Amino acid sequence: MSTGTGTALEVVGLAKSFTSDQGTVQAVRRVDMSARPGELVTLIGPSGCGKSTVFNVVAGLEQPSAGEVRIGGSVVADRLGASAYMPQRDALLPWRRVIDNVTLPLVLAGSSPAAARRQVEPLLRRFGLGDFARAWPWQLSGGMRHRAAFLRTVAAEPGLALLDEPFGALDGITRADLQQWLSAVRAELGTTVGLVTHDVAEAVFLSDVVVVLTARPAEVAAVLEVDLPRPREAEDRERASFGDLERRLRHLLREASWASVGPGAAERPPD
Amino acid sequence: MKAGLSLVAGESVVPGVGRRPGARRWLPPALVLIAAVGLWQLVTVVFGTSPTILPGPALVVVSTWADRADLAPALATTTVEAVAGLALAVAVAVPLAISIDWSRTARAGVYPLVVASQTVPVIALAPLVVIWFGFGEGPKIGLVALFSFFPIVVGAVQGLASADRDAVDLLRTMRASRWQLLWRVRWPSALPQCFTGLKISVTYAYTSAIVAEYVGATQGLGVYMNAASQAAPRRTDLVFGATGATALATVALFLLVGLAERLAMPWRPPSRS
Ligand SMILES: Nc1ncnc2c1ncn2[C@@H]1O[C@H](COP(=O)(O)OP(=O)(O)O)[C@@H](O)[C@H]1O
Ligand SMILES: [Mg+2]
Repeated sequence: MSTGTGTALEVVGLAKSFTSDQGTVQAVRRVDMSARPGELVTLIGPSGCGKSTVFNVVAGLEQPSAGEVRIGGSVVADRLGASAYMPQRDALLPWRRVIDNVTLPLVLAGSSPAAARRQVEPLLRRFGLGDFARAWPWQLSGGMRHRAAFLRTVAAEPGLALLDEPFGALDGITRADLQQWLSAVRAELGTTVGLVTHDVAEAVFLSDVVVVLTARPAEVAAVLEVDLPRPREAEDRERASFGDLERRLRHLLREASWASVGPGAAERPPD
Repeated sequence: MKAGLSLVAGESVVPGVGRRPGARRWLPPALVLIAAVGLWQLVTVVFGTSPTILPGPALVVVSTWADRADLAPALATTTVEAVAGLALAVAVAVPLAISIDWSRTARAGVYPLVVASQTVPVIALAPLVVIWFGFGEGPKIGLVALFSFFPIVVGAVQGLASADRDAVDLLRTMRASRWQLLWRVRWPSALPQCFTGLKISVTYAYTSAIVAEYVGATQGLGVYMNAASQAAPRRTDLVFGATGATALATVALFLLVGLAERLAMPWRPPSRS
């Protein structure tokens, strides 16, 4: 749950380059972003621009080449465990039943399996996975797998959850269904979320703030506040203000990809 | 979404991948086998081959059954050697694979030696082992293990390295220790390839035990076959019988490992044939 004041996440002047035998690749040039407790902040940008890299640094899987990451107000060198991370693919462990995938963060933190199960059972029941608790991951549809992966992410009640393109691999209908679901879960749990997407409608529907990134190396091109009322319902997508925001975001995204690469070499911005 | 809830209950979760009827799988090889045995019998009858050169299958079955009091303890001895040798191989191979996966030094220093160890002709070691350790079953177990640990090590090393990167990263963000990573992700990822290696080893196990017994032993199928082939008159029928028993025992062991594999990995969908 959120703590109420201050910032849950603050990224200041983040840069990241990778060096290998092939040379140095700059993935992220300069990214600033922040999220207040309970907010959902989205990173959007062309594919390959460095979005996952930003989250990998925030999660502590990588160290930044420059800049700072503050989680819950303080800079920690070892950020592993300071936030909960949901990788681009769901990464459910095939050898653990659905409920045991969800309890994973609790068990690794030292809970007994039985106590951890008791703790997450209401969560599963409340959010549509009750009948699947004892199933193996292969028995789940893509949408259900993503629900399980998300519940695993919030099971330990993290101060910050990082979702990297959580619905990227799903079909349109399931995707809209899950966006609705995520919106409802968040309204109830109040988890602060960082989201990566390249889907404009998804960004508008879910976010409080959208940070638009340029093509690689990523830089912040624009920040868009989404001031639609909450909680949002599927019908809100039909509203004029929703369409306006989508158009504006699409426009910003197009400008962002052109600004850094130039019109000739621009990749088509995803839509 | 409500409609999807019934998915978990039955085996019909993934349509079309249910078990194939057993007969469809067993019938073709069984028919080929029966035809081959029939042809064999026919050849021995038509050409009147001497039973000391090529006994017919009927004779083999009858004499082997008649000699079961001698064959059974031989088979038991060799089975103990084969199974114990495999167990020893697993007990050595798995920690070795884990240490190779764990440390760069072990990978650089040990893995090439493991590979090189396979260039040593293990059959040639058998006499040496008899000279050093005598005629008992212990040295045979060691030789079987030496023969069979390599596929298991290779399978386990590859399996451990095949662990999903996303899953490893995910557990790192949960502050998993190296041991937790090994136990929760790498080891379960490695199991299928470990079993593939073990299955390959199973097909060697009896043969290598028998070869070791040829060189010097007091009991076992190798001794039994030696005795049968040197008897006067030659008991070629019993050599065939012992060979058949070895084949059956190997198949049984193979199926047993397949069963263990299924029990060890209950999470896998029942889709393979
Ligand atoms: N570990 C790494 N080593 C080298 N290059 C990397 C590494 N991780 C990412 N990159 C590069 O950084 C760029 C951004 O990648 P990524 O953050 O995954 O993009 P996105 O998530 O926006 O699609 C890509 O060009 C990618 O090849
Ligand atoms: Mg990515």
